[in-house]
Amino acid sequence: MNARALPRPQIPVNSADPRHAVTLTVNGVEVSREVSPRMLLSDFIRHELGLTGTHVGCEHGVCGACTVLIDGVSARSCLTLAVQADGAELRTVEALADGDAGLSVLQQAFAESHALQCGYCTPGFLMALTEHFESGDPLDLSDEGIREMIAGNLCRCTGYANIVVAVRRAAELSGRS
Amino acid sequence: MKPALFEYHRAASVAQAVDLLAEDPGAMILAGGQSLVAAMNFRLAAPSRLIDITRIPDLDRIAVTAEGVAVGAAVRHRTLERHDGAHAVNPLIRAAQAHVAHVPIRNRGTVVGSLCHADAAAEMPLVLLLCDGWVELEGPGGNRRIPAEQFFRMHLTTARASDELATRAVFPALPPDAGWAFAEFARRKGDYAIAAVGAIVQCDAGGRITRARLAACGISSKPVRLGRAEAALAGGTADATAAAEAGRAAATHVDAADDSIATAAYRRHLVAALTERVVAEAAARARRGTE
Repeated sequence: MNARALPRPQIPVNSADPRHAVTLTVNGVEVSREVSPRMLLSDFIRHELGLTGTHVGCEHGVCGACTVLIDGVSARSCLTLAVQADGAELRTVEALADGDAGLSVLQQAFAESHALQCGYCTPGFLMALTEHFESGDPLDLSDEGIREMIAGNLCRCTGYANIVVAVRRAAELSGRS
Repeated sequence: MKPALFEYHRAASVAQAVDLLAEDPGAMILAGGQSLVAAMNFRLAAPSRLIDITRIPDLDRIAVTAEGVAVGAAVRHRTLERHDGAHAVNPLIRAAQAHVAHVPIRNRGTVVGSLCHADAAAEMPLVLLLCDGWVELEGPGGNRRIPAEQFFRMHLTTARASDELATRAVFPALPPDAGWAFAEFARRKGDYAIAAVGAIVQCDAGGRITRARLAACGISSKPVRLGRAEAALAGGTADATAAAEAGRAAATHVDAADDSIATAAYRRHLVAALTERVVAEAAARARRGTE
């Protein structure tokens, strides 16, 4: 199968915005760009890098769809300016699967447990949960504990029940339960 | 939506940040940005200049000293929440932090930023007031410290002058024999409080309350001490009757008007119930401490 070309959004370049050089590591690759200070990190990821797995929902920090990992911890990319991420190590949902070879444990558990329907919110859930799964802290796999882990992410399809199931399944798959 | 155009400066020192602030009356400080960037996305805020203070050396430090927990202006909520040394001398911090938005927000948002934002329903201003803490500021005229009692003026308004940078906040240690508790009610976990109450209670060996300190948020235009409830408790026995009486007294401090989230009557009900709960819990901890 041919690799699909990344989308190239049409963004006017003749703006009066000042430009700032930013360099960061994105999914293991160093990238450098000149950006306007008002460019949100979510837009940087999608428009500058063409990584459209990070979804933009509410754009004011409420829905969690745009959650990414900045230096290993989850953050709202819509509430972070790209210039603030200069020098950071960034991971997006594209970093989770090992190419076409395999899904991450969380992705696999989501797929198995029917934890997504439209899928718009899923990248945010996966990134928020990845932080908890990668931390050395014990996972609280009670219903309440799992709901606390996903409390910062909104899903309008599933009613969350199968997401809770998926988190428990992921813990099982990764030997954390 | 997207923010309006602004200049971005990354300050290398407190002095440089203060200079950058003085140069432009439309400038604002950027720390975690978890309230500010949201407001800018809505264009409710349109600063002409942002001064990023998160790369200033030492501003991300937490120092636990005899005076308490000193929190630098670039310290993230989550860092303070997980700091065992801070928790050991002031467990109210961790108890309240659990209610500050969600982990991804706490990973970025700063404690001092939350104090300076001064939402009337925010948890950390309540804790600073309850512990009798203060905020330290640096401005063109030098530095000063403002006690929490005077720092919070009204919703989103503090005593910080527009040319001053809040460099750190100090949450004093709780007395070793003190019991403490924090309780909040919000429609969804992580939302701002409809009402939240914190308590610090000390008892003598006979279970009599020697000192009670109570504060609430969400019930007025700023975090408030519940002085009438404190007075109702002083010198009495820490039993259920006293806790209920403190709750009734606490309800008289509600002066928020009816709004889209709750009526004033409902807030009075909540603050009474939460006060009763935290007084009982704090007194039980204090009694355990004196045993």
